[in-house]
Amino acid sequence: MNVQVNMTSGVDAQMAQKISIKDLKFFYGDSLALKSISLPLYDKKVTAFIGPSGCGKSTLLRVLNRMYDLYPRQHAEGEVLLDGENILAADQDLNLLRARVGMVFQKPTPFPMSIYDNIAFGIGLYEKLAKSELDGRVEQALRGAALWNEVKDKLDASGLSLSGGQQQRLCIARTVAIQPEVILFDEPCSALDPISTAKIEELIDELKSNYTIAIVTHNMQQAARVSEYTAFMYLGELVEFAETSHIFTSPSQQKTQDYITGRFG
Amino acid sequence: MSEFSMSLYNARRRKNLFAKAACVAATGIGLAFLALILGVLLWKGLSGLNLAVFTEMTPPPGAKGGLLNAIMGSVIMTVLGVIVGTPLGLMAGTYMAEYGRYTKLTLVVRFINDILLSAPSIVIGLFVYEVLVSTVGHFSAWAGAVSLAVLVVPVVVRTTEDMLLLVPGGLREAAVALGMPRSLIIRKISYRAAKAGLITGVLLAVARVSGETAPLLFTALNNQFWSTNLNAPMSSLPAVIFQFALSPYKDWQQLAWTGALIITVTVLMLSIIARVLSAPRAQK
Ligand SMILES: Nc1ncnc2c1ncn2[C@@H]1O[C@H](COP(=O)(O)OP(=O)(O)O)[C@@H](O)[C@H]1O
Ligand SMILES: [Mg+2]
Repeated sequence: MNVQVNMTSGVDAQMAQKISIKDLKFFYGDSLALKSISLPLYDKKVTAFIGPSGCGKSTLLRVLNRMYDLYPRQHAEGEVLLDGENILAADQDLNLLRARVGMVFQKPTPFPMSIYDNIAFGIGLYEKLAKSELDGRVEQALRGAALWNEVKDKLDASGLSLSGGQQQRLCIARTVAIQPEVILFDEPCSALDPISTAKIEELIDELKSNYTIAIVTHNMQQAARVSEYTAFMYLGELVEFAETSHIFTSPSQQKTQDYITGRFG
Repeated sequence: MSEFSMSLYNARRRKNLFAKAACVAATGIGLAFLALILGVLLWKGLSGLNLAVFTEMTPPPGAKGGLLNAIMGSVIMTVLGVIVGTPLGLMAGTYMAEYGRYTKLTLVVRFINDILLSAPSIVIGLFVYEVLVSTVGHFSAWAGAVSLAVLVVPVVVRTTEDMLLLVPGGLREAAVALGMPRSLIIRKISYRAAKAGLITGVLLAVARVSGETAPLLFTALNNQFWSTNLNAPMSSLPAVIFQFALSPYKDWQQLAWTGALIITVTVLMLSIIARVLSAPRAQK
């Protein structure tokens, strides 16, 4: 398929690729949901994925941490290299992969436990820490997610008692707490009010100095605000991948132009 | 509205009214019978309810006595049955909902479990009789407990699977996304989220077996005296009710009514607790 025309325009070919997706196909049963996708995720950069509903953005994200492995009759072909290693390999340790590639979902999903435990639980999976040290890490994670000031006096309260925006930041804190290398956001703000959305965007802006980030969003302004690179997908294909400024000012593809100007989608 | 659609509307309204009336009538009949049964039970049972029922053994014909040995026997065998049956049911249900959700084995097990769930308890009594009574040569409380356990398992399997399937997929995915191993997700997330439902399942199983008579008659039989020996026959409320109710003696018949009241109230309370626990709680 002759679609990834503008792969390198304005993109520094020398830049470190944290993840390289190569000729990726994805199947739900027999139906092909991703048709030969190739693109890089640059190290410590934010890459936004845009495109109309059903074009395969979530599917692509769920390949990067192999979430699809939970379900029968779903499989991927091609290569996804994380620091040069193919994570689609059959012998890939999935729990280890997911510790390196964290994910934040559209709907906030706090665990049915206290705010403190929501964070400490994940940390406990990978490190044996003394209580005081653990307290410090929990605080650090909550500060990192701009939630500390709101919850520091009620760490024992249930995670479910928080507002939607706070729950989402709790989920981000939980993800950040285990110190992954890549964080995937699948429409993290689409269930939130504008103020919470602004907070999350700010947060992503801070996170990108330490993490490689992929974010799916339906909000064009959001993509423009938070990302350095943007991938536009349509019907399971990658139509265009380039620097965000490029995509939003002078896209090379008519389809991209139509989409960002709101002519369809 | 045109005349034509008006007539359609009226026809639909009449049908609706009729269906509603039929439903209300059916509910009314059902409730009336329930009230009747409970009323008679209260009427006949309460008059025999006194302290002696809980402190004295079952009497010989014509004498005064209580139900202490039967109550104790029921408690012992039910508790044993639940202790044996619950872990089995929990683990099987967990396999079906978590590890083997998409496997053929789960389909087969679910099918067989549904058969077991609706199997007449007398069949299970006979089975345990053949396996644990006739081979050993005598009735025993163990055999009674095992037959109750066999009844507990399918109930717990069913509720466990159902409750775990109700745990939102998003919650499980969120845990998976942190790299949590499966066993930890089950224990710390799924069980926690489904806790009320799992407890409800066990309570329902207790309610189910605490009135069972047939399997106990084939296994633990009955015992007129106080006995905590698990290798010997043991008394139980249902078995005593069965024996006393069919007897010609007034005292025995009275004790049977009182025993029936005790079981019914116990089961009722268990059901209410189960209901309260599984009621969806308002999100804070
Ligand atoms: N579990 C699934 N089974 C079968 N098809 C699916 C499943 N999930 C998504 N799809 C299909 O895959 C395509 C891409 O879906 P998705 O990745 O969710 O799109 P997006 O996130 O861009 O809205 C859609 O056509 C959708 O219908
Ligand atoms: Mg999606």
